Amino acid sequence: MRIINQFPTRRSRLILGVVPFAAIAVIYALASRIRLEANPADRLLPAFSSMFDTFVRLATEPDRRSGDIVLWTDTLASLSRLGLGLGIAAAIALVLGIMIGFVPKFRATLAPLVGAMSLIPPLAILPILFIVFGLDELSKVALIVIGITPVMTRDLASRVADIPEEQIVKAQTLGASSWAMTLRVVLPQTLPRLVASLRLALGPAWLFLIAAEAIAATDGLGYRIFLVRRYLAMDVILPYVAWITLLAWLSDLALREFAARAFPWSKSGGGL
Amino acid sequence: MAKLSSWTRRMVIGAAGAALALGVAAGGTLPAAAQSKTDFKVCWSIYVGWMPWGYIADSGLMKKWADKYGITVDIVQINDYVESINQYTAGTYDGCSMTNMDALSIPAGGGVDTTALIVGDFSNGNDAVILKDKTALADIAGQSVNLVELSVSHYLLARALDSVGLAEKDITVVNTSDADMIAAYSTSDVSAVVTWNPLVSAILEQPGATKVFDSSAIPGEIIDAMMVNTETLAANPDFGKALAGAWYEAMTIMSADDEAGRAARTAMATASGTDLAGFDAQLASTKMYYDPAEAVAFVGGEDIVKSMDYVRNFLFDHGILGEGAPSADFVGIAFPGEKILGDANNVKLRFDPAFMAEAAAGTL
Repeated sequence: MRIINQFPTRRSRLILGVVPFAAIAVIYALASRIRLEANPADRLLPAFSSMFDTFVRLATEPDRRSGDIVLWTDTLASLSRLGLGLGIAAAIALVLGIMIGFVPKFRATLAPLVGAMSLIPPLAILPILFIVFGLDELSKVALIVIGITPVMTRDLASRVADIPEEQIVKAQTLGASSWAMTLRVVLPQTLPRLVASLRLALGPAWLFLIAAEAIAATDGLGYRIFLVRRYLAMDVILPYVAWITLLAWLSDLALREFAARAFPWSKSGGGL
Repeated sequence: MAKLSSWTRRMVIGAAGAALALGVAAGGTLPAAAQSKTDFKVCWSIYVGWMPWGYIADSGLMKKWADKYGITVDIVQINDYVESINQYTAGTYDGCSMTNMDALSIPAGGGVDTTALIVGDFSNGNDAVILKDKTALADIAGQSVNLVELSVSHYLLARALDSVGLAEKDITVVNTSDADMIAAYSTSDVSAVVTWNPLVSAILEQPGATKVFDSSAIPGEIIDAMMVNTETLAANPDFGKALAGAWYEAMTIMSADDEAGRAARTAMATASGTDLAGFDAQLASTKMYYDPAEAVAFVGGEDIVKSMDYVRNFLFDHGILGEGAPSADFVGIAFPGEKILGDANNVKLRFDPAFMAEAAAGTL
């Protein structure tokens, strides 16, 4: 039988899915064990138990210096920057995307600019952002917005441009104004794509958030990782990476659920 | 597993085997413990007191001294200072240039027994607290201070605050990458920075900048040294001899006010992105131990013990000595003459003047 026609059973699928994770855990545990036996104070590959203890401490005990419970203040700071950045980016992308995709004059004016903007590597203009927006919250949110908006805008604009011409013609025959068509024809078909686009932007948004926090900050998940890197505290870094992965996965899941509930008719919301 | 398809079974078994092999291989990349060997690697990063290492590599001094002892020593420049220490701690290098504070917190705190082989200099003004539009250190109260958190800058700030009866809670520390420090200073949010040379000189050229405290007020506390793995050194004394020999020959050359000395300093200046005058200015705020006998006396003195006590308490207060550290005594620090600070059963940082003394006696 051809390999593309061989389907694993439900149980096999589960086992096969777990195998790579288990293999990585075993590789890590062994390597960590070997290093710790040679040097019990080794910081490079801490044991799972010490990472767990550190994580619990960060999540429950107030910090010696600031009195804050570090994990939650970091998470709150990072998530609010991320949420603000994603929200602003989504709003701009929606408005610009519809304008560019739906109104030919706007397309002629803005499409080349957005196209060019989307090619600027955001991390390359980081020093400029810091000088223009200062070192506080604004520049971190701005980096996320600048990083993901152009791509989202292009995505939405092409989605709007893909709306079948027949629908537009029909709406016009029924006497709809441009504004009415925007609200009743274009917007409902664009919103599900906006959520899908946001989901795809989550990865880059986290990247820009961590990069901004690494350079100048007083709190945040990226700040903590780059701070404790100074003394090789892998027992903090690795759990933080796992925590960020979990948060990213949860936010992706939340957006997917939201899309499935809010736009049950749409194909671009649910699924993967 | 009987009911599983042969494919699934093979995947599980194959993955388990590969994981075991990879795990052992990954764990096995340990620093070769206490074996005599002939090939060594040391790393350094850009800083006025460490520029001689680049010169030693380029001028062939290292090869000359390594050949004398029948070994090879590879000197590698690493652009990121913290990364160079982490690489040394992970066992990639046998030695690395770093400060006394970072040697205590990263390798020693991480259980890698480390020896200060060559104490090259201490910062005598190279690290500074700079205020914008204010002229007195006490004005720092209530401000946000941009610095590389947990670095020697942070330590300098803690000592500066002490000197005017302030504490860290009176200010807000903003962790800022050293690469962005000059750009940060030029933004309106930033009113106070703590950093090191050559950044200090660059920032002082900007309007409104006043240096209100520098490391010349705490002489001998921020020490720059070539730190090497204690076990490697014990098993291979020739490694220490070759490094010390090359270093002090370079010191003799660069400290002379003649053609060769200027040429050496110019080479170091170019490598650190400045010119001879700029490099000489940085040297002026660095107490270089050109003479090994002076370094031996410094390491054997009482002041260094007091300095290390400040440093270890700072590290402990900031949670940098590791979470397993119940007190500042957790990591022992050994000085010449059996003096030990902290736990004598867990000595991980040693100030050993033996090789510098040999250089002073001319027996290398």
